[in-house]
Amino acid sequence: MSRAGSHRASARRGGAAAVPGARQPSMMENVGGDPGDLVVEARDLSLRFGGVTSLDGVSLRQRRGEILAVIGPNGAGKTSLFNCLTGAYRPQEGSVTFWPQPGQSTELLGRRPHAITRLGVARTFQNIRLFPALSALENVQIGTEVRQKYGPLSVVLGLPHARRAERDGVRRAADLLDLVGLAHRTHEQAASLPYGEQRRLEIARALGTDPRLLLLDEPAAGTNPVEKRDLAALVTRIAATGVSVLLIEHDMGLVMSLATTVAVLNFGRMIAYGSPSEVQRDPAVIEAYLGADSGTGPGPGAGGAGNRRELG
Amino acid sequence: MGFFDQFWQLTIDGLMVGSLYAVIALGYTLVYGVLQLINFAHSEVFMLGSFGGLFAARALLPDGGVPGGFQSVYLVAVGLAVGALCGALAAFTLERVAYRPLRRRSAPRLAYLISAIGASLFAVNLAGKEFGRQNVDLPDLFHNDTVFTLFGADVSTQSLVIFAVAIAMLVGLDRLVAGTRLGQGIRAVAQDADTAVLMGVNVERIIIVTFVVGGLLAGAGGFLYAMTFNASYSMGFVPGVKAFTAAVLGGIGNVRGAMLGGLLLGLVESYGGYLFQASYKDVIAFLVLVAILMIRPSGLLGERLGRAA
Amino acid sequence: MTGPNVPGQPAPRSSTSTREGREGPGGPRRVRPSWHPAGLRSPARLRQLGVLVLLGLLAAVVTGPTGNSDHPLRAAWDSIADPRIVLFLVIAVVLWLIVALGGQLRTLAVRWTTPVREPVGAAYGRRGGPIALNLALLAVAIIAPMLFSTAAQQWMVDGVGIYALLALGLNVVVGYAGLLDLGYIAFFAIGAYTTAYFTSQTAMPWHAPFTLNPFFVFPIALLLAALAGVVLGAPTLRLRGDYLAIVTLGFGEIIHLLANNADGVTNGARGAFGVPHLSIHLLGIDYTWGIDPLPYYYLLLAIIVIVMIAFGRLERSRIGRSWAAIREDEIAAEATGVATLRLKLLAFAIGASVSGFAGVLFASKQFFNPQSFSLQASFFIVAVVIFGGMGSRLGVVVGAVVLQGLTFYLRDLVAPADRYIYFGAVIVTMMIFRPQGLVPSRRRRREIELSEAGVGAADALGAAPTGARP
Repeated sequence: MSRAGSHRASARRGGAAAVPGARQPSMMENVGGDPGDLVVEARDLSLRFGGVTSLDGVSLRQRRGEILAVIGPNGAGKTSLFNCLTGAYRPQEGSVTFWPQPGQSTELLGRRPHAITRLGVARTFQNIRLFPALSALENVQIGTEVRQKYGPLSVVLGLPHARRAERDGVRRAADLLDLVGLAHRTHEQAASLPYGEQRRLEIARALGTDPRLLLLDEPAAGTNPVEKRDLAALVTRIAATGVSVLLIEHDMGLVMSLATTVAVLNFGRMIAYGSPSEVQRDPAVIEAYLGADSGTGPGPGAGGAGNRRELG
Repeated sequence: MGFFDQFWQLTIDGLMVGSLYAVIALGYTLVYGVLQLINFAHSEVFMLGSFGGLFAARALLPDGGVPGGFQSVYLVAVGLAVGALCGALAAFTLERVAYRPLRRRSAPRLAYLISAIGASLFAVNLAGKEFGRQNVDLPDLFHNDTVFTLFGADVSTQSLVIFAVAIAMLVGLDRLVAGTRLGQGIRAVAQDADTAVLMGVNVERIIIVTFVVGGLLAGAGGFLYAMTFNASYSMGFVPGVKAFTAAVLGGIGNVRGAMLGGLLLGLVESYGGYLFQASYKDVIAFLVLVAILMIRPSGLLGERLGRAA
Repeated sequence: MTGPNVPGQPAPRSSTSTREGREGPGGPRRVRPSWHPAGLRSPARLRQLGVLVLLGLLAAVVTGPTGNSDHPLRAAWDSIADPRIVLFLVIAVVLWLIVALGGQLRTLAVRWTTPVREPVGAAYGRRGGPIALNLALLAVAIIAPMLFSTAAQQWMVDGVGIYALLALGLNVVVGYAGLLDLGYIAFFAIGAYTTAYFTSQTAMPWHAPFTLNPFFVFPIALLLAALAGVVLGAPTLRLRGDYLAIVTLGFGEIIHLLANNADGVTNGARGAFGVPHLSIHLLGIDYTWGIDPLPYYYLLLAIIVIVMIAFGRLERSRIGRSWAAIREDEIAAEATGVATLRLKLLAFAIGASVSGFAGVLFASKQFFNPQSFSLQASFFIVAVVIFGGMGSRLGVVVGAVVLQGLTFYLRDLVAPADRYIYFGAVIVTMMIFRPQGLVPSRRRRREIELSEAGVGAADALGAAPTGARP
């Protein structure tokens, strides 16, 4: 946080408010589509730490209901992009527009992370960050109670609306635990869950905030093939409920089978954007990956060897 | 008399007190730089050093009359040395008792603050019990001659000595941190303790040395403080908070920042105490602290021990 | 290392070590072979003996005669050169033997304190602890004072009751939000002086043009103290957590300084005399809490019980869960939509208002002076919370009862000014050996254990300092 804070002073908004249909970098044009069905659009994000450029003019659009995967070698700026979208970092340049509902746009840059979450952008972390001493249910409750309004006085007096809200929060949290298949762990301490279940609990907690856009940072990292399959099914189910999913993933098998669109980052720039098959054929992508780890194998990234698909 | 007639006198007084704040502030800054922790018991290190130096100098004081010449120099030297030693011993004990067991257990941050508060409470009141709860005077070690007048302000031998010794310590510490192997180790740990370990720096040793160096300075500073004011069991608190303010003012974790902060705070307090009321000097220092925290929490010269030197 | 055997690695040499070594929360725990006489002469053991002997000498000095500045070392020397020293040394050696030979005991202790992976239990469904226990404690609290002398009853009000209430308030700040407030007594002073201002024309030179019944001052003092808390906390809470500690420390000192020096406003060091007692004149009821301490005691008891119930509800609510989230992982809490800054400020303000409230009760006992608002009093409340158990409502009340009870019991043996030596020692000892306190809150205990194992945090002050063992 403190690192992000020190850059806050130099942050500034890029350009004027979003003009739908404004000219985008050429590689985006083939996406096309009516701006009315966008859920998030980042324009020309630049993020620097001292002399190190983490993002160098990255633009990104995601349509509502789409599963968009961001891939790229380590250090390409994927997590930095997430942190800019969720308010943890403030980029020096650029803007991020978010449409909670069609036709209702909000600028995300300059807001604190909790405010962004309340607008409807939820996230998980690459290195799982649960509330370790709370139970699974309580973890999700933190999410489901985020927009509840009742204050300390209603709690202390036990007013009916506070009790109702509390019950409602518990019920929704229990439903979500059920959705991610953790109903049997409801009252267990989060830190005591196995790794794969902690990942799913984190997703349930994020869903608890009732997001329109869900950011998953390497959800499959460290999970076994069975868990990966379950995860893919879960993500598909989430997307089917109308939540747009933006995910960072190294496992190419998962990305290619799950994503409707893929964006490729390298050295803080977007080098390709399109459907999975288009991206697979993109010479720039192939070069980025082969250049990044030439000699260790032709496939991109650190995906599990078994289900890695090689780029055409 | 107006403020401007008094300006130079106030400036000289302010610089003298400020140089003492700077010396104490270094202890906060060093420990902060290395541990990222405010050492709440540092003011007691200062108090114990002050008593040590004062008692040593008083034991050697000839009966009756103010010593002069070499005898004064000798007494100041002994006082400084014993004060520094007591301060170092106190800081070492403090680290061993109140901090190290918690580090071993990797306790949460709150535990360190609370433990330091406890140690401070213990030390203050034990000193009160052992040394009495009245103010303890140190007789003048110099004939209170004016050495010279500067723009109409008198500069006494004593304030000159205090200022000179304090500045010498500040410069010495700056050289130590900037120019020696030990200083390199301190800076390495301050910048990135995990990497420092990989590079073969003994972090545990650096932490202890940091406490001891801070204690040496605070102890010697305590003796200097006792030369002008006096010592008492509760003397640590107010200079402690002010030195902390000085450290934050300059940028905590930053050696030169602490020096600058101390001198500035001494001046602000000296002018402010004259313009408002002397008894509100402490309030002024506190307001300065709150103001910096609100306006520029990273201090004038910025944080980070590593970068400063 | 005493972990499970790794194939290809030489087996542990001592067979006892595998039996004794148990995986604690911090990974494999190293336990030295015990029950071996030669072990007593190992350097580590001898060093332990040295430390214990030093502690014995220190204890002798602490409990020894009082000195003065003319002979600075005499008191310490007299304590050590006294026959009593034998007693302290014997205790030190016995302790050493227990520690050195108590390997088995220690294994047991580790087993007891190692967290078992048990279901956490639904926090929302549970109302406090076991009801029978709570009722029994309440009964004791109701009956016990009747058996005491008047002096003890007085102490149950001034010493125990008021401080239990203060500790409950500080517990919200330290135990729930994981922040440190070292100027907590300042809000108490605000409450007391507000009472003097509104209820009496004579108590202080500065007074309201009208007088109020002290009961009406409760809400005013509560709001004023909360406001002071917000004004102080809002700029500071955005910064690193430990800055709050020092700013509140300074604030506490300034309030004390003002109370002490502003003769024309607060009557200075002489204090405020003649604040009226609490009284009710309502619906035909006319009752005044007079000099008899018992009615005050029961009023305080009722208030404490209400506050405990109220804070229990708060702790189990959305707000309490958010505080827990902030303590355990502030970044994740923020990302889950918890308004961290506002919630910390809320905790700070709630704590301050309880302190202000207690100040009214304190003032309405007719007399107070600035000495009651010294920094040491703030530190004492911290000691109560730490001793009793951060985050545990019952714990902090028990802490107040035990610490103040001992103070009362030992009042002839220990000079009032020397008490704080012991309180300081209690704080450090608790932090080293039992940071969760005497009656720990379950959630807090788990957090401390997990944080020490490197999972999550247990306060809202940021990452653990350098040099902490991973």
